[in-house]
This record gives sequence, C-alpha cells and structure tokens, in this order.
Amino acid sequence: MSLRPLGLSPLGFLRGFALIPLAGLLSGCNLVVMQPAGDIAARQRDLILVSTGLMLLIIIPVIALTLLFAWRYRQSNTDAPYDPDWHHSTQLEVVIWAAPLVIIIALGALTWISTHTLDPYRPLSRIDSSRPLSPDVKPLTVEVVALDWKWLFFYPEEGIATVNELAAPVDRPITFKITSSSIMNSFYIPALAGQIYAMPGMETKLHAVINKAGVYEGFSANYSGSGFSRMNFKFHGLDNDAFAAWVAKAKAQGKPLSRQDYLTLEKPSEQEPVRYFSAVDDGLYRSILNMCAVPGKMCMSEMMHIDAMGGGGKESHANRERLEYDNRHAVAGDEAEAATAPASGRAARSDEKPEGVKSGPTGSSETPDPHHGHSMPDMKHDGPAPVQLNQ
Amino acid sequence: MFSNLDLQKLVFGRLTLEAIPYHEPIVLITFLGVAAGGLAVLGAVTYFRLWGYLWREWLTSVDHKKIGIMYVILALVMLLRGFADALMMRAQQAMAFGANEGFLPPHHYDQIFTAHGVIMIFFVAMPLVTGLMNFVVPLQIGARDVAFPFLNNFSFWMTVSGALTVMVSLFVGEFARTGWLAYPPLSGPAGSPGVGVDYYIWALQIAGIGTLLSGINLIATIVKMRAPGMSMMKMPVFTWTALCTNILIVAAFPILTAVLALLSLDRYVGTHFFSNDLGGNPMMYVNLIWIWGHPEVYILILPAFGVFSEIVSTFSSKRLFGYASMVYATVVITILSYLVWLHHFFTMGSGASVNSFFGITTMIISIPTGAKIFNWLFTMYKGRIRFEVPMLWTLGFMVTFTVGGMTGVLLAVPPADFVLHNSLFLIAHFHNVIIGGVLFGMLAGITYWFPKAFGYKLDPFWGKTSFWFWLTGFWFAFMPLYVLGLMGVTRRLNHFDDPSLQIWFVIAAFGAVLVLLGILSFIMTLVVSFVKREELRDVTGDPWGGRTLEWSTSSPPPDYNFAFTPMVHDGDAWWDMKRRGYSRPLHGFKPIHMPRNTGTGVILGMISIVFAFAMIWYIWWLAAATFVAMLAVTIVHTFNYNRDFYIPVDAVMGAENKRTKMLAGHV
Repeated sequence: MSLRPLGLSPLGFLRGFALIPLAGLLSGCNLVVMQPAGDIAARQRDLILVSTGLMLLIIIPVIALTLLFAWRYRQSNTDAPYDPDWHHSTQLEVVIWAAPLVIIIALGALTWISTHTLDPYRPLSRIDSSRPLSPDVKPLTVEVVALDWKWLFFYPEEGIATVNELAAPVDRPITFKITSSSIMNSFYIPALAGQIYAMPGMETKLHAVINKAGVYEGFSANYSGSGFSRMNFKFHGLDNDAFAAWVAKAKAQGKPLSRQDYLTLEKPSEQEPVRYFSAVDDGLYRSILNMCAVPGKMCMSEMMHIDAMGGGGKESHANRERLEYDNRHAVAGDEAEAATAPASGRAARSDEKPEGVKSGPTGSSETPDPHHGHSMPDMKHDGPAPVQLNQ
Repeated sequence: MFSNLDLQKLVFGRLTLEAIPYHEPIVLITFLGVAAGGLAVLGAVTYFRLWGYLWREWLTSVDHKKIGIMYVILALVMLLRGFADALMMRAQQAMAFGANEGFLPPHHYDQIFTAHGVIMIFFVAMPLVTGLMNFVVPLQIGARDVAFPFLNNFSFWMTVSGALTVMVSLFVGEFARTGWLAYPPLSGPAGSPGVGVDYYIWALQIAGIGTLLSGINLIATIVKMRAPGMSMMKMPVFTWTALCTNILIVAAFPILTAVLALLSLDRYVGTHFFSNDLGGNPMMYVNLIWIWGHPEVYILILPAFGVFSEIVSTFSSKRLFGYASMVYATVVITILSYLVWLHHFFTMGSGASVNSFFGITTMIISIPTGAKIFNWLFTMYKGRIRFEVPMLWTLGFMVTFTVGGMTGVLLAVPPADFVLHNSLFLIAHFHNVIIGGVLFGMLAGITYWFPKAFGYKLDPFWGKTSFWFWLTGFWFAFMPLYVLGLMGVTRRLNHFDDPSLQIWFVIAAFGAVLVLLGILSFIMTLVVSFVKREELRDVTGDPWGGRTLEWSTSSPPPDYNFAFTPMVHDGDAWWDMKRRGYSRPLHGFKPIHMPRNTGTGVILGMISIVFAFAMIWYIWWLAAATFVAMLAVTIVHTFNYNRDFYIPVDAVMGAENKRTKMLAGHV
C-alpha cells in the first residue's frame, strides 16, 4: 500500500510489470484484446495483465535461475562446488511449495472475485471505471441467433432485425440473449466483451457496454463447418442519434421478416450481405430458441412443460416426428461436395438421412392438437411452460 | 424387405469409385508419393528377403523392448504425416488474405486441421509415450518383460490399426471436418453425414483398446514385477510417472470409448444422446469428452516429466533433488487432473461459482508442477552439468514449458478465458506445453535411451542441430500466434480479411519451416549415427554414467534383460551398486523362462482395420465376417498352449561371456 502515494497500487505495478515485454514489440499492431473499447473487455484485459504480472513474479526468477545454474555448474567450471549427494533441504522444500502456493492463493482470490463480477449473466453496475450506472437506464436488448453461417440479430424493442450487422448506442448497457439454430457457435466481439457459446435449444446471456464510437469486428469463435471462416459481422458503436438513425434506416430499407422468410434465411449460406428487416413476426426468436420455427414442430418449452407435469407416457411416441429438428436443416449442394458425397449418393447436408439412421414414424402430417394423446389428469393445458434453461 | 435390393449397395455399402479422390491433385500427389514410398519399402524388404526376419523378430515379437521401439517408429512416421498437415495449414493461413483464397478449400482445410490434431495426439504423442514406457519401465525395475507380453503385442497392433485407419481416410473417402474432438451436433448424422466422422470414431476406438490394455499391462508390471528391494519410494521417477500415467489411462480412456460409442449410436442406429432432436444434448458430449481429454493432457506430460527427472540427475552427476516431493507432486497432479475438465468450456455459460471452482483447481495444479521445476533446478545446483543432447532438450524444456505453463494458468482465469478461448493464443499455449513439454521430453528420452536400445549413441552434431532448429522453430512458429490471439484472431479460420495480420502468419510459417529442418536433422541424426555406429558404439552398457537399473545391463540388453534379477538397496539402484563396487556375476547361470512370440496380435490388428473399414462404409456383410473372424482368432489363440520356452543355460552363458569380453576390451 505504501506504493499508493507514488500513484502505483500493487495491482497497477503488476500490470506495468506484465506490459514491459509486450510494449516495445507490439506498439505497432492492433491488439484489440489489449486495447478494447468496452468496459467489460477492458476489465478482462486488466485481469490478464494483473494475472500475468503475478505469475511473472515466479516465472522470471525460474527462467533466470535455470540459465544461471546451467552456466555456473557446467562441467568445465571446476571452481563451482560439486556435491553429488546433496538432494534434500527442508527449508528449500518449504519455499519450493510455498512460493507457488502464495501466488496461487492470490490468483485464486482474484479469480473468484473477478469471475463473479465479470460473470456474463450479471447485469452491469457501471458504464466504465469512472461512471456508475444509474438505475433508470434501460439496457438495450438484442437477441442473437447463430445461423449457418451468418448472424441474425433481433431488436425486440425497436421491432427490427438485421443480418450480419449489429449496432448499439455508446455507453448504454446491452443485454444479449444468444442461441443457435442448429450448430454450436461462439458469439464474440473482442472490442466489446468476452465470448459466450451460442447453442441450439439453449439461451446464453451476455451483458456488456461499448464506451467508444467506432466499427468493430464480431465473429463466431467456435468452428461450425465449412462457412465458418466468413461468419463475421461488423459491430457499430454509435452515439444515441446515430443509433436512432440506424434503426430508422433499417425500418426504411428493410422488408418484414416472416417465419417463412426466416426458414429461407436459415438455410446454410456463406458470405451473406448485410440485411435489414423492418418488422419481425411475433415470437420468432422464442420459437427459434425453442427449435419450433418450423410449423408443426414441438417447442422445447412445451416438451419441458410435459416433462415437468410428469411426462407424456406411452402416447408420447406420437410426438417423435415433432421433436426431430435437425433433418429439416439441410439443403442439397450448399457446400462443396465432399469425396463421399457422390459415393453415398447424397450430397453433404442433404435432407436425406444417412443410411442406418432410422427415420421416424411417418404418421399423419396434419397439425395435431398440441396436447393430443399425452394429457395427464391434472395437467393444465394452457398453463405457462416452465422457464427455459439458463434463464 | 427385398423389394428394393441393390446389389452394389449390398456388396460395397456406400463405397463407390467416387470415394477415391483422384480429382483432387494434392491428395493424388500425396497418394502417389505414399504409394511409391510404400512400394519401395515393400520391394526392399522382399529383395533383401527380410519378410521372414521381420515376421519372426519384430511383428510377432512379445519382447517389450522391440514393441517399445516399434511404437516409437510408428510415432515418428505419423509425425511426418501430422507435420505435413501443419505445414499445409501454415501455408494456407500465410497466403489466404483478401482476394487470395489460398490453395485449400474449406472442405479440405477442415479435414487437415482435424487430422493434424488427431494424429499428433493419438498417433504421435501417445505412441511416443507408450513406446518409451514400454522400453524403459521393465528395464528400470529389473524385470524381464512386462506382466502380459502377448497383450503388449496386441495393444501395439491395435494402435497401428487405428493409425492405418486414419491413413486410409486420406485416400478412400474423407476424414472428419469437425475439429479434433468432433463436437456434436456438427459431428452428428445431420451435421456430418459423410464417412469422415466414422473414420474418426473407428480409428480412435481401435487405438483406444490398445492404449487401455497397455495401461493395464504397465500398471500390473510396475506393481507386481519390481526387483526385490525396490519399494515404491525407491522406484525411479520415470517409473513413478509411468505408473501415474497408466492409472490415468485406465481411468480415463473408458470414458472416451463410452462417449464415442454413444456418438456412434447416434450416427448408426438413430439414438439421440447428443443430437438436438428428441431431448438430446450436445453439451453432454463436450463434458464427457473433456473428462477424458484433460487427464489425457497429463497422460502425455507426466512421462515427459519423468524423462527430464532422469536426465537432469544423470547429466548433473548428482542425485535428484527432492525425490519424495517429486513423487508427491506427480500423485497430486494425477488426482487433480480429474477436477479441471470444465476449464475447456467456461464459455458454455455455467455459473460464476462453477467456473471459478474449475479455474482455481486448474491453478492448483501449477503448484506441484512448479515444485517439480524447482526440483530440477536444485538438482542442477551444485552439480557437474554435461551439455549432452538430452540435457539440451531438458534446458530447452525448462525455459519453454514455464512460459506455456504461465499462459495456461492465465487461461484458467475464467474472465480472461472469455477473451482468449478458442483464439490463436490458446493454440499457442497448448503447442507451447505439448511441443515444449511432451515432444521435447520424448526427443530427449529417445536420445537418452537410444544407446541402450541399439548399442550406439546418436551423433551429437546432428542431435544438437535438430535441437536448435526445433527450439528456434518453436518460438518463431508460436510466439506470433500469441500475438494474433491478442489481436482477436480465432482458430480454424482458412481465410482472413485484415491484411495487418499477414506478417505474423508469415513469421509463423517461417517457424514451421525451421521445425521442418529440425525434423530433417533428427532423421539425419538417425542416418549419420547408423553409418558411424562403430565410432559411437557403447560397449559398457552405461554410456552416460547412469543411475538406474537399465544401465546395469548391456546395450542393447539381451532378450532376457538381466541374467540375474538385481537386488535393490537404494533409490538410484545402479549408482548405488557402482559405488559399492558391484561385480557382475560370471557363473551360476540358470535357464531363463521367457514368453514365446505369437502372430495373433498382428492378425487381430489387421482384421480390425478391415472391420473398421466395413463399418465406416456400411459394408455390413464384411463387418459381420471380420467381427466373427476376430472372435474366432481370439478363441483359437486361447488354445495355443505353446506360449513359453526356456533360454538354455548355454545361450545365457554365451551372451554373458560375450559381454564380459566386450567390457574387458573396453578397459
């Protein structure tokens, strides 16, 4: 603490310590993780620097001692002492175990605290290091869907949706709700905040804020198939007026996004241009999240509701077809044909099932009564479904 | 059922001529190269009439030393394949900027990075580790072979079959395009309908059987077959690390087998364990595979730690500092390695408490690991260090691995992981520990024990050349990836838009070329040393001033390893024997009971490749036939009572007298 008057907290010192090797070498290039524009990413950066500094307290002496001992006790240096039987020292053993232990206790405490304060599910409490968040600021909600291989963003309050372009006002907290249509991806804007997986049938959350206007890179950080390399988008940090203008532009230029349009959009494609949608069908994001965007499919929430009520019993077999989501997915010829494709007589990702995979019962295709055949005595047919995972 | 019977499908399953990628020039040229090389080798073997020798002395051998050597040969051959993949990736990433798409389209590039990971872990690192343990452990504990010699041979051939299955995928069909752990739903029947993931599954399942059985074998060997007087706390450190590694193998590999079996059920019979459909959950797969996957990391690194412990002590001519704390550190790492798997997916959205629990357990592992590094450090302290090639690898490791360890702990801090996960920073980290730790350790171990295996040392000039190319190559190849990770570049991309990244990829590609020179120098080492073998001959059996029992016998050791089982009184048994004026017994030999060679392992291995191929291509009749054949061969083998023999006294005396003469000629 005595360092404080000098303007250096111990953690600040560690940060500086870690920066030394980086500074000279890398001043020229754009280390976005080290120079982010959002408060969460900045705190994550600080954590990287502090932890690195803490560890360098051990690492640097170890490397230095390795080189020093190797040199000093080389065979040709007969001046150095030689003690072939010296193999134990209780004092040294204590130091050997205690020194890393102390560092890990410090780092462990830092980890526990920072993991909780920087939990992506935790609503923000500040805009940046100097500005606390006033309680009456309402965060911007963005619902994110990872598709093969593009990003779909819903703005429920603004009533618009976009493909491969994201915008948010500067200094206003953003609440992302994230899911995927079929393959796992990871939603990542390095300048804004750390990533989180986008998983089918599940919703993850991320709270973040952008502090500087600008255009930033966003992309999928989890390999998801052949179009993965181009699955990126621009994230625009805009001031309030520019954001309003951007929303207005989306409303003016875009067409509405119906469920049918979504099903077309969802088909695998690469390098999709930016697209705007002026309006969105009611509940589209919820049905994507619940994997029931295709008419007739059973929503996850409904299935969970049934399970929560004790399960559907034998009759639930009739639901089988409604619970198969993935085989709708594929479109013939959407990716380069693999060597096997002609061999199997089926292009990769065609909607023909591979041999050996049983197809579901081909029952009647008329839309069944949602509760037909699996009613439980006390089941409320119109009751609310249990909450989603992760909510 | 027979109404739409298709004869071609019935006979060939989904295999057609189209599966042979003759329209892809890169694959075609590779195929021609491999075929020409293979034919040249086969032709040479035939021309020199070596088939009988190979079959009798090597392929059917149950001698742990020969099996160990064959594992290492397998690993080095597969290293060339895995490294060729690495070079292609580095070249692709160095050129694919802006309008330039590079030379690898995604469906080829994605197979390459998957194959690179699978091959390097399962068919390079694992055989190196298993091979070294196989060769060294029985010698270190004064045993004549492993506990189950036939099982050892069988394990080896299952590993070979797995490797060959991966190689077949290069020329018939395709390999998985999923990344080396084949996460569903991408690897499920809807995401990957082709044969790629099936190749992946069957290669790993077959090799996994081999790994598991060899784990059981070595545990039994270490627990039951130590020389009299060698209590647990007098075991050489390498044997300790081998014991812990094999315990990890036995506990972890069944998880891999089970999770791949579940994935196979999803793919073959339409279950829904990991699909999005019918309540399946892909995230279960991610958890399960890492419950195997993280211990796997320690399966690889612990034996490397053991190698370094032996080398540091030998080349410092000094007892290992802190033997007991070294052993406890190894055991602690073994246990903790099961409590950290979730750090591979902090970004899945577990709660903050779960994430910090796994983050902190991960960090705790760095305490025993740190203790180990300090112990090596203080072994050098007040030693007389000889900078022979194995010691250079060790020093290179101590500097390189510490950096990799640090970035690893950094990645264990969940909020830091959120920005570094799946980035090239992560790639740099695990190559930093796997190359700087496992690979350096294995190359050090090969150099160290080579004279024991073949009777002559490796040429130091080319050994040092290889070391310096590897070391500088590693730093040039992976430091840029750390930087790129901090620039927010994620892994597995095959094209970039931002031109400012290119320079770093070019530096990394340059590093890969240096590593290539390192590999070529290593091959040169083998060639030059063979040519100069008389000059480099080790007549004493103890070329480095060794400390453990393997150096007490001749180089190469006789089939029976030790004419008399040694008695152990101290930790560094051979050092202790030398100090107390050990004199080699020259008479009183007895016939030695030894296991007899058998071809069953090779035969089962080869049938299992055909079985895997049939399963992959849905050739059901062939799968059924080969499965029955495997059962039949196994049952027939149980009726083979001709399993052992005695080496007659004359032969033992002949071998021992020859050694006596050699030792006398040397002095």
